[in-house]
Amino acid sequence: MKRLFHAAFVIARRDFTATVLSKTFIFFLIGPLLPLFIGGTFVGISSSAERAQRRPVVAVLASQPQFDALAQARQRLVDAVGDAPVIERFEPEPGRAAQQQRLLASTEPPVIAVLALDEGHPTLTGAVTAVESTSKSLGYLLEQAHANRSRPAPPIRVIETGISSGKVAADRSQTAHAGQTLLFFLTLLLATMLLSQVIEEKSNKIIEVIAAAVPIDAMFLGKLFAMLAASIIGLIVWISVGALAFGSLAPKGLSSLPEPAVGWPAFMALGVLYFAMNYLILGALFLGIGAQASSPREVQTMSLPVTMLQVIIFALASASIGQGSGPIALVAAAFPLSSPMVMLGRAAEQPEIWPHLLALAWQTLWVAVMLKLGARFFRTRVLRSGPSRGLFRRSART
Amino acid sequence: MLRAAQQQWQTDRFAVEAFDLVKDFGGTRAVDGVSLQVPAGSIYGILGPNGAGKTTTLRMLLGIIDPSSGRRAVLGHERPIDAAPMIGYLPEERGLYQSMHARDAIAFMGALRGLSLGDGRRRADELLDQHGLGEWKRKPIRALSKGMAQTVQLLGTLVHRPRLIVLDEPFSGLDAINQGKLERLIRAQAADGVTIIFSTHVIAHAERLCERIAIVAKGKVAFEGRVDEARNKLRPVVRLRTRAPDGPWRSAFPENARSENGEWLFELPESGPEPLLRALIDGGAGIETLAIERPGLHDAFVAIAGDAAASEMVESEEAQ
Repeated sequence: MKRLFHAAFVIARRDFTATVLSKTFIFFLIGPLLPLFIGGTFVGISSSAERAQRRPVVAVLASQPQFDALAQARQRLVDAVGDAPVIERFEPEPGRAAQQQRLLASTEPPVIAVLALDEGHPTLTGAVTAVESTSKSLGYLLEQAHANRSRPAPPIRVIETGISSGKVAADRSQTAHAGQTLLFFLTLLLATMLLSQVIEEKSNKIIEVIAAAVPIDAMFLGKLFAMLAASIIGLIVWISVGALAFGSLAPKGLSSLPEPAVGWPAFMALGVLYFAMNYLILGALFLGIGAQASSPREVQTMSLPVTMLQVIIFALASASIGQGSGPIALVAAAFPLSSPMVMLGRAAEQPEIWPHLLALAWQTLWVAVMLKLGARFFRTRVLRSGPSRGLFRRSART
Repeated sequence: MLRAAQQQWQTDRFAVEAFDLVKDFGGTRAVDGVSLQVPAGSIYGILGPNGAGKTTTLRMLLGIIDPSSGRRAVLGHERPIDAAPMIGYLPEERGLYQSMHARDAIAFMGALRGLSLGDGRRRADELLDQHGLGEWKRKPIRALSKGMAQTVQLLGTLVHRPRLIVLDEPFSGLDAINQGKLERLIRAQAADGVTIIFSTHVIAHAERLCERIAIVAKGKVAFEGRVDEARNKLRPVVRLRTRAPDGPWRSAFPENARSENGEWLFELPESGPEPLLRALIDGGAGIETLAIERPGLHDAFVAIAGDAAASEMVESEEAQ
């Protein structure tokens, strides 16, 4: 094991030096601008889709006729201006305060406020203020619902309760999206580089010297960690630039973003760990796939499916946001390729830490599995050291 | 006869042992039951034409690829990678990182075999100075000539002071001067007790350098043993010119004797030359010239591997 790590270190040192000291490293550093743009666009699309699916609702405590009148008014508003607060009726129960508290704590559906119509004077309780568009829209709906009555609708009395669980859930999903998007575009950036990591050794024939001197696992491990180290340099640069840009655009800094459920320090730490895991798992996979290629042209051919694979993984991870411990979220968290992104999203939404320890152990196991499989695949398919027949077979050399 | 079932590693005597190595690539059998025993401290040649299975055999011995069947032990290790720090390997297809400096390339190759970077650089400087490349230490490989780059790679093969050096077609691409330098280097390493295995399709190199050889043809070992044993496979050739052009004494020649330009050529009889010479002298033939020649390795190779394999060797040699 000591020799394995020593050999991996030798390979990593060579690769890291060759990467960081090359003139093209500057392009690596400025490269994220494009994926950032793509990632931003993608998250914008997925966020709007997610918003459509999981918009916070206003729980309406009212009789069915009262609610029907309100719903009809809402529909007219939607027809006229295309949008209106989402409302959902709940049967009023004795013990109003307890019911309101329970509803405001609900995340399924995410209740932003409770509108009580059953006590004569409409009351809106929750994380809304009188000046917010939600209460104004609801006031308008009530007026419309009372339009055919002799008396005008009484004004809504607003009871502000700070912040509701529904609002928190909606806000935290933004943080989850932001974290996942960051991981997505960083991995997107590194994937093509990892695909071509073994091309140099294969084209300059030094692969024979390396394969005779060190286990192939060590070569893969070294290459993976060299790229991780190079990408961390990139991260430092990108985060610094990003922080400057963020600071100028959002004077309140991180406090202007919704706070993740685990808190900012833990979220940042988990972000670094999940970045490393996401990179290592996907990196080991792409390194193994790319090692099969014998020319830059073959690498280019592989780039598109690899990029599409990442988009699918990102979509899967995005779909898990707001799912709590539902089946989609669990499957996406267990699936090794999407697990780091999903778990980072979970860190934004759920406060428990133990699932992250479990996930990190699970992901570490998969890094080892991917590396082992990649090295084995390389030995059997490229070095032709096994009985199986490869896709990229070489003619028998003697 | 060496058989896998009977194998008992003799690590004190042999640096490399292989028993019944077989390698199939898909439906093609590249190596078919190769068995070798390379004495420690010897220079061992693997001869054969292109396509005979030399490189595949070496790659199996080094653990770059695993055999389809059969077993091998290198410096006492059945997993050759475990012996890697004690092995130096120069592959047939030379390769270095083009952007690396010469000294770093050598140090890197040493580091792969367990040498520290600092020691590797220090030794690289010494080796480059010794081989007249001192001025090129800090030049990138891409700036070196092909011959220089080959020398750098060879030095990288030696930098960690291995106990076993495996050279695959080491003379390929070298001019006569550099071939001579390489031969001297190989002899010097062997004098220090290092075991050298090299493959070649140039019989002259094997004849000059090797103590033992394996002649490989069509994936099989056609001969394995000392060079003189290979040559002794053939009887010495007698070249004899008589003073008298003809006479009854002609019946004294062996049946396989043939006359070329007034000279008789035939294999030395088992009984030696004396009975024939006596018969010729007594018959009045007179002896003008007489030479008894030991067959060369090339003749032995032809006899062992066949004319076709020998022709391929000659063609490869000429092409080079």
